[in-house]
Amino acid sequence: MSFDEVRFGGAVVVKADQRIDLSNADAFRDALTAAVAGAASAVIVDMSSADYISSAGLRALTIANRAAKAAGKVVVVAALTPLVAEIFTISRFNLVFSTFATVREALEGASPDGLGQFDAA
Amino acid sequence: MKIIFWGTRGSLPAPLNGRAVRRKLVNALVKASGKDLGTPEKAEAFCDEELGFAERGTFGGNTSCVQVETVGPDYLICDLGSGAREFSLSALGRHGPGAPQTYHVLVSHVHWDHIMGFPFFVPAFIPGNRIVIYSCHPKFEQAIRAQNHEPCFPVEFTALAAKIEFVTLMPGVAYDIAGTRVTGMAQLHGGESFGYRIEQDGKTAIYTTDAEYKPDDKAQMSRTVAFFRDADLVIFDSMYSLAESISVKEDWGHSSNIMGVELCQMAGAKKLCLFHHEPVNDDDRIASVLAETLRFEEITRTGAPLEICAAYDGLALEF
Repeated sequence: MSFDEVRFGGAVVVKADQRIDLSNADAFRDALTAAVAGAASAVIVDMSSADYISSAGLRALTIANRAAKAAGKVVVVAALTPLVAEIFTISRFNLVFSTFATVREALEGASPDGLGQFDAA
Repeated sequence: MKIIFWGTRGSLPAPLNGRAVRRKLVNALVKASGKDLGTPEKAEAFCDEELGFAERGTFGGNTSCVQVETVGPDYLICDLGSGAREFSLSALGRHGPGAPQTYHVLVSHVHWDHIMGFPFFVPAFIPGNRIVIYSCHPKFEQAIRAQNHEPCFPVEFTALAAKIEFVTLMPGVAYDIAGTRVTGMAQLHGGESFGYRIEQDGKTAIYTTDAEYKPDDKAQMSRTVAFFRDADLVIFDSMYSLAESISVKEDWGHSSNIMGVELCQMAGAKKLCLFHHEPVNDDDRIASVLAETLRFEEITRTGAPLEICAAYDGLALEF
């Protein structure tokens, strides 16, 4: 199982599946940690297609976040759908991750050097 | 099956203080402004109909003690936290000190908040009473005996007048205790802890406190789902938020409301009871967590609805 990823400047944008649960959380974790390793500064998790994330999926984000912090990088989250935004709030993950309304805003916040490429794409 | 909660806090007793009482009073008085509450009946109705649980009551402050009402004369409780004292006084109040009873106690583990009530367990001081303490934990007898010992307590264990027995249980093995069928399961918690599946007359309650569930541990999740399978009630340690329990408080041995909902949904359990409340959380906070948990269940539901409540000292659940 693979997750789409695109590089913009120092950031890697990883697109989450519609549903992140026990069945694909390991693959999600692996994709995120690989993205952290490959990014110069930031991983942006594009949640625009996700309508559910379980505790296992949130755990995958936590692991990627730890790897990022150890490497002086950041993991941020973009384009939360309304229900997933509620899950983030109820689980208190909104206190752990910076969230942005769009991928572009996330780039602006976390890795502005990628904006030119993003706008040109 | 009837379950009565005598202590629902984790870590430390958390009694309501004067400031909190005053806040509730002021809030209620403001809400009552302009209303005719001139009789106790009208005031009671106002409390019941117009004040939320946290406004008119309290989740309480005693540590873990949960009673399973048995079909026979014997008593059965889970854990001996500070709530065990109130339980014991209630039992004595029913029978009087001159009528010996048998008390069966399942102990999850021996951290202080789960055994601290035993030195004040009044039946232990009265001859004729029989107290049988069961646990899968390897040090439960040692820990309970050690509490009643100088310099920490003036009454030595050996001076207690009741007949006190210790029975070691093996995890995964079913035992008949006080008319119920009890099976233990090892849980992830510092120094070990054990959950219990309690079956009686076709109904099942799970007592799982002081247990950490790692969402990416598929083997543990699978074992737990099997243990919770089709339970009528799951009494679940929801001390932390999910974010706390899988990041900054990982390996602290506790779980979250989110994990409780997910496990119950996977297991087809009927009702989740949030338990082992964080002592720093006040009544408003616990009520808020309950409301969020109800919403989380609603937005993640794929099958039958899971009922959810938050345990409070004095709650009785019958099913």
